[in-house]
Amino acid sequence: MEVVAEKPGRVRNCCLCNLRKAALKRPKTLQQICRECFYEVFEEEIHRVIVDNRLFKPGERIAIGASGGKDSTVLAYVMAELNRRHNYGLDLFLLSVDEGITGYRDDSLETVKRNEIQYGLPLKVVSYKDLYGWTMDEIVKMIGLKNNCTFCGVFRRQALDRGAALLKVDKVVTGHNADDIAETVILNILRGDIARLGRCTSITTGEDGPIPRCKPFKYTYEKEIVMYAYFKKLDYFSTECIYSPNAYRGFAREFIKDLERIRPRAILDIIKSGEDFRIATSTKMPEQGTCERCGYISSQKWCKACVLLEGLNRGLPKLGIGRRGIDNERNSRKTIENKQCGSLDF
Amino acid sequence: MQLTLEFGGGLELLCNSVKIHSVDVDHKVGEEKVQLTMKDLLAWVRKNLIKERPEMFMKGDSVRPGVLVLVNDCDWELSGQLDTILEEKDVVVFISTLHGG
Ligand SMILES: [Zn+2]
Ligand SMILES: [Zn+2]
Ligand SMILES: [Zn+2]
Repeated sequence: MEVVAEKPGRVRNCCLCNLRKAALKRPKTLQQICRECFYEVFEEEIHRVIVDNRLFKPGERIAIGASGGKDSTVLAYVMAELNRRHNYGLDLFLLSVDEGITGYRDDSLETVKRNEIQYGLPLKVVSYKDLYGWTMDEIVKMIGLKNNCTFCGVFRRQALDRGAALLKVDKVVTGHNADDIAETVILNILRGDIARLGRCTSITTGEDGPIPRCKPFKYTYEKEIVMYAYFKKLDYFSTECIYSPNAYRGFAREFIKDLERIRPRAILDIIKSGEDFRIATSTKMPEQGTCERCGYISSQKWCKACVLLEGLNRGLPKLGIGRRGIDNERNSRKTIENKQCGSLDF
Repeated sequence: MQLTLEFGGGLELLCNSVKIHSVDVDHKVGEEKVQLTMKDLLAWVRKNLIKERPEMFMKGDSVRPGVLVLVNDCDWELSGQLDTILEEKDVVVFISTLHGG
């Protein structure tokens, strides 16, 4: 698209190079910077996060959880770039989950397939249909729209682990950004879930599980991710999941965005609060065992996915939804609460 | 005034899935030309282009928090947001950050 001359006199020069016109205001620092300086500070801040938190070791195989959306698309692009520039020595892969949602996931998977070529990263797709015998469309036909996010969340999490196992990767990285984490902190406070509040701010999780996950965008603002994708003309997919009712989460999101408009630092401060909560509490997490049925990690006799599948296959789809499931109380912990899907556990 | 408006990040769904709109926005009162600000443009867009769920696009008289605005590829936070004065052939881009991850 043709760019018309900037408005004379109104936009200041970049406060970093003082050579070019500023193109955006950074929410984190309120600095006015040009495009070129933005690329540099954006990428190098992520590099610092990776180095300071020792997220990777040379020679590791890393899967990038790729949905085709803005966060994972930018993550794939930046990871490939930093791996080259700073010689991380990583083998990078794209890993996508095909839930089987017509008109949503099939379109977004096309985006990921283009990213595979554009960024030169091999892609693995694991599908609900292959793993569980059910597509999300079929599940929704059976259970309706009410509890589908329970399925979505449980199945997707496990599908990503299984895909990672197939790729024999050491870690999975996801595109969760600072806004997502701040939102999850707020949601966990609203739920009184202090145990999860601690975990959700950790940059690496699941070190006790089959495959650790980490979030290189933990301190990266959503605004900057979207600006970066826009300026770099990255190819991403942006349509809401048609099965996501999302009311409570949407409310928390709006709250975060309202705060950001008044004081952009609020997002980092909320993350900081979440981190400090973790130190102050010592809520015990349930012991991990393995599912008797499929071998996946589980604190109970059967893993959540197996309980849900049992219900689907027996025509009792409510099984496993709500506070108590079937006889599945090895640690007398509640089974699956009806959580909104989205980035909470993914 | 001739302007190019671009909707992205899912906002195009609110205007019949059309991403790029070439529009002619009137900025005259009688015979006299008046300045067109982003505030005026937003009201015009809401009235003329948004076909559904306007609350996904606007909140009050501004865009909904989480919608990014660029005027000639420059963040509108640098040009005065609602007070930004538009000129002939300006390109205004709206991108939602709220869809998908
Ligand atoms: Zn600069
Ligand atoms: Zn869902
Ligand atoms: Zn199982």
